[in-house]
Amino acid sequence: MNRNYRFYLQLTFTIVVCAFLIVPVVMSMMAGVTENFIKGISSGITLRWIFEVWDLYRDTIFLSLLIAIACLICTIVLGVPAAYVLAKRQGRVARMIEELLTLPLAIPGLAIALALIISFGGFREFRSSWVFILVGHVIYTLPFMMRSVLAVLSTADFRTLEEGAASLGAGFWRRFFDIVIPNCRTGIIAGSLMVVTLSMGEFNITWMLHTPVTKTLPVGLADSYASMRLEIGSAYTIIFLIMIMPLLIALQHYGKPRSPNTRPVEDDVESPLPSTSGQRP
Amino acid sequence: MSHSTAIRLDSCAKTFPNGAKALDPMSLTIEGGETLIFLGPSGCGKTTTLRIIAGLESPDSGGKVLFDDEDVTKLPIEHRNVGMVFQSYALFPNMNVQQNIAYGLKIRKVSITDITQRVNEMMEMMHIGELQDRSIDQLSGGQRQRVALARAIAVRPKVLLLDEPLTALDALLRERLRVDIDSLLRSLGITTVYVTHDQAEAMSLGDRIVVMDRGQVAQVGTPREIYFEPQGEFVADFIGTMNRMQGTVTDGRFQTRGGSLPIPHANEGPSNLLFRPENARIVPVAQAPLSGTVASVFFLGDKSRLIISGITDGHITIDAENSETFNPGDPIGLSVDTQHLLFV
Repeated sequence: MNRNYRFYLQLTFTIVVCAFLIVPVVMSMMAGVTENFIKGISSGITLRWIFEVWDLYRDTIFLSLLIAIACLICTIVLGVPAAYVLAKRQGRVARMIEELLTLPLAIPGLAIALALIISFGGFREFRSSWVFILVGHVIYTLPFMMRSVLAVLSTADFRTLEEGAASLGAGFWRRFFDIVIPNCRTGIIAGSLMVVTLSMGEFNITWMLHTPVTKTLPVGLADSYASMRLEIGSAYTIIFLIMIMPLLIALQHYGKPRSPNTRPVEDDVESPLPSTSGQRP
Repeated sequence: MSHSTAIRLDSCAKTFPNGAKALDPMSLTIEGGETLIFLGPSGCGKTTTLRIIAGLESPDSGGKVLFDDEDVTKLPIEHRNVGMVFQSYALFPNMNVQQNIAYGLKIRKVSITDITQRVNEMMEMMHIGELQDRSIDQLSGGQRQRVALARAIAVRPKVLLLDEPLTALDALLRERLRVDIDSLLRSLGITTVYVTHDQAEAMSLGDRIVVMDRGQVAQVGTPREIYFEPQGEFVADFIGTMNRMQGTVTDGRFQTRGGSLPIPHANEGPSNLLFRPENARIVPVAQAPLSGTVASVFFLGDKSRLIISGITDGHITIDAENSETFNPGDPIGLSVDTQHLLFV
């Protein structure tokens, strides 16, 4: 309990850093509920701007949700089996693909979007639908899902678990759905939260791919900052934060690398058979 | 008792894709109801052989695996109806004890009532009844081991395959489970193949033991044959403690540094003579055919283990009753009866 000046120095530093990060967000949120930002909070507090955003940009919110959910489904359907195959293969090719998975993170979103437009821009129906944006989001988020699942697959001894299931008569699909999928649940949950969060907030790719009728929330946000009153942009931010916060908190909770709980309970050598009461000391 | 399946391996060899040769062609028949142990140091090919029997590895072309008269070489493990216990147990962490045991029955589409009955039967037999709702990470090593056995047996497999099932447990527990497994195997009468590197386990559980060395069978025999009539130096050294004396045979006597022993019917010339610690008798130095010096003494409770130098180039290990005490540096005389001497 000997708190010397070092402790207070560290505390102050932490508080300053946190304030640096949080104060602008709070300021922005305050602006969203202020009657007139130029006059300041004394002009009164209102929910007017939030309702206005709802009227103007409601569609972008629903589109963002739609794309995020569709994107999640795609990344699970594509990413989980792909991660499984990569984890099972020992060869050099598999390791190379694993390395390549980080590539979309290194390439700017604009470049991915441009590549998509060059490749598929000619298909007009496709180009002008929200599915085009979905494709961009899937390309961007798939590596996150795969890496998250791969991390779980590489910690547990899935090979032996599968052999155990096979010895009991389970064919490939039974093993995959009974043993592999349930045991990578933590990886899939962590990956899913990541995918939804990233998809909801994605701007770079979406901004390039969107059309006037396929605007997502972040694109709408940029639009409102550029063309509306500051209060409306800020109110929009509040809505975005309300949507994304629960996801971020859940991500914190489930996304933590879990310590593999494989250490068995101590054997009680003295009493050979487990006690009949079924209770352990 | 119902019919037990015999297993036949017909020139099964295994070369891994990277070119490593794990197993030389092996032909072997495992009788129905027999408990056969593959024993050997790590890398001797014993686990590979087990995995070939299980269907987890396929033998190189030309090799065949037969269950009774049925050729199962091409059959994957899920269609061979084997029960298998893995060194790491391979219990499913997403299922509780009961669900683990029931899994094989569920796959076989057994009715719910029959599953419940069979699972309860298994849990009672393995004394794990009150663990049924536990998750796997709430179990101790010994409990996991019992669940793994129950799960393997629940499906009434044709053969039971155990891959170092006790290796992960501590010594005391290992010994107790060995007794349990022994009585279990006797009561089931199921053909069992058991892989271990522990010779005590092999001796106590096996009807027959296959000693393996670097992908080859060194000897096949009952535990007694393996212990008392080891064929070749590898088996002699691997099983139990074996003393080795270097010397020469001249005029029917084996001459070594610390004395000589009568050896009838032995070829003249340099040779090695082996004997086990328990077969040496301590005799007064004056009349001893072999004499040396006590190098160290280990008190073991019921007896003492003496390490003796000066009889041959290396050390000789013997066991002595505690009625007589020895100290390092004491002179000591030994005699070994002719019938306990082994030539290599």
